Amino acid sequence: MLISKDDRLSFEKSKPGRRGVTLPRERFCSADPLQTVPKHLLRQSPLLFPEMSESDIIRHFINLSRKNFSVDTHFYPLGSCTMKYNPKVNEWAAHQEKFTALHPLQSEETTQGILEILYEMEEGLKEITGMDRFTMQPAAGAHGELTGMMLVHAYHASRGDKARRKVLVPDSSHGTNPASAALLDFHVVEVASDAHGCVDLKDLERHLDEQVACLMLTNPNTLGLFEKNILEIARLVHEKGGLLYYDGANLNPLLGLARPGDMGFDIIHVNLHKTFSTPHGGGGPGSGPVGVKKHLIPFLPAPLVEKAKEGYRWAKGDPRSIGRVKLFHGNIGVIIRAYTYLKVLGREGLLKVSEAAILNANYLKEKLKPYFQVAINGPCMHEFVLSLKSCGAQGVHAGDVGKRLLDFGFHAPTVHFPMVVPEALMIEPTETESKETLDLFVEAMKQIAHEIETDPENVRQAPFTLPVRRPNDVLAARKPILSYRDMVREKALAAEVAA
Amino acid sequence: MDFPENLRYTKTHEWIAVQGNKGKVGVTSYAQQEISDVVFVELPKKDQAVQQAKTAAVVESVKAAFDIYAPMSGKVTNTNKALEANPGLINQSPYGDGWLFEIELANAGEVNALMTAQQYRDTVQQAPKH
Repeated sequence: MLISKDDRLSFEKSKPGRRGVTLPRERFCSADPLQTVPKHLLRQSPLLFPEMSESDIIRHFINLSRKNFSVDTHFYPLGSCTMKYNPKVNEWAAHQEKFTALHPLQSEETTQGILEILYEMEEGLKEITGMDRFTMQPAAGAHGELTGMMLVHAYHASRGDKARRKVLVPDSSHGTNPASAALLDFHVVEVASDAHGCVDLKDLERHLDEQVACLMLTNPNTLGLFEKNILEIARLVHEKGGLLYYDGANLNPLLGLARPGDMGFDIIHVNLHKTFSTPHGGGGPGSGPVGVKKHLIPFLPAPLVEKAKEGYRWAKGDPRSIGRVKLFHGNIGVIIRAYTYLKVLGREGLLKVSEAAILNANYLKEKLKPYFQVAINGPCMHEFVLSLKSCGAQGVHAGDVGKRLLDFGFHAPTVHFPMVVPEALMIEPTETESKETLDLFVEAMKQIAHEIETDPENVRQAPFTLPVRRPNDVLAARKPILSYRDMVREKALAAEVAA
Repeated sequence: MDFPENLRYTKTHEWIAVQGNKGKVGVTSYAQQEISDVVFVELPKKDQAVQQAKTAAVVESVKAAFDIYAPMSGKVTNTNKALEANPGLINQSPYGDGWLFEIELANAGEVNALMTAQQYRDTVQQAPKH
């Protein structure tokens, strides 16, 4: 048995009194906390943690990792997430002790190296995106969006333009866009897509007025289509006094080809964990630098790095700055990885990244077209969307195809998104996959298409080969157990009911 | 699929049972099937004013969150508290225990803009499945 049959959570493996580590007494127990810590800061009850031995913990997590799908083990065509391979040289760089032993409160003289990297990374992002200045603080994409919305708010407020409470988003936008705007109490208004899957200019004009603070846009959009009318869109929004925000989640096909700054965007976030190959999701953390055009620089979070005669230093913040959005200077380890990626590839390398990402997506789309309906026909950028709408008669949903793909050793594409496409399967192969991998994926999809016709039940019941098959996601959403405390409480409740 | 004759329906798949100047609101059996298993419901507050065809509540499933629009304008007089503990009632009984809220109608004439059971049945049967 290669994979452990023991499916219990670490919470459920707890045994009272088990310990993984013994702390050195002289270092941790020499001072009596009752003497040194003010009474109101002392815990009233012991920490509630599962109790496990070191071998319990190691086995638990190693076995979990063996059940995992990751970019290191499988093709991972999760649309809009850019699950490209994460080069190991990035890890080598970030693990250099000269970086890992740094402390953010060290003086500028002793941190010239990391300041130079932050400065150079910003220069790189400026050149790639056509923006004038970046903050490296935001910890992820959605955090970047929130920072962007704070900048929008600060900009209009500084001009006394208080009526601007509306943020427009296309109906195909990433869900984080309206969520980020709503967090700042903006009123979110949806703009319809036209028959080609792009922003409907007529509908946009209908919503544009003096109350619009900003239009948030992804380009290429979540259907993998380049918004060809972007210059016209920018003109319309700017004419009404609104700003244009670029959601950088789909930046991967633009490197060296087109720049959001040239399209007229005022603010942009970049996902280093997508386009710039740093680890993703649970393997993160992420990093979401935010760039702006000149007129918004004063509002950027402070401090920013500047290059002076005597070396690099932290610039004095502008009084109009929105302040810090994160402790210290951002997820530095992630920025070092992205910087390494930039330096390894260089200008020509980055251009090839985007060209190959576009080529791979179009290759897959054309190969899959005979077997599945493509949401919008024609050339795509880095990703495309299939619709399983026609499989309704067989009772097969997009999510079922995703589950069945796991049996073939492929991570599921993004399913049921974007919402403008019924039964959407959103596929982004990225540039790091070979033709052989893409061909194997096509073969798997071909077989699944055949199964949908001949044996739909097989697709509905999949996966068959994984240690966990179909988790009860409804129960998980209705009664989430997110911590050891939740589980202990749930158990006590169950015992009470039983008694 | 069942669409009771005594209710009036919206294009956005809500129903309203009008009685005098009161109305009881829920989502249709077609809507609950499209939404799939409901995991969370955000109801309006008591005394809150709602406007016809404007968002009044949010229903979430594992798939997505769906805005629920008020079929008619008015003031919220009561909400279905049972949904907090058991949002699945919307799936089990969309016209019964799964009701969402009650309103005191501001303009009884608004009912004329709503569909009858027969009209709604026709729209749903034409609608593309998604």
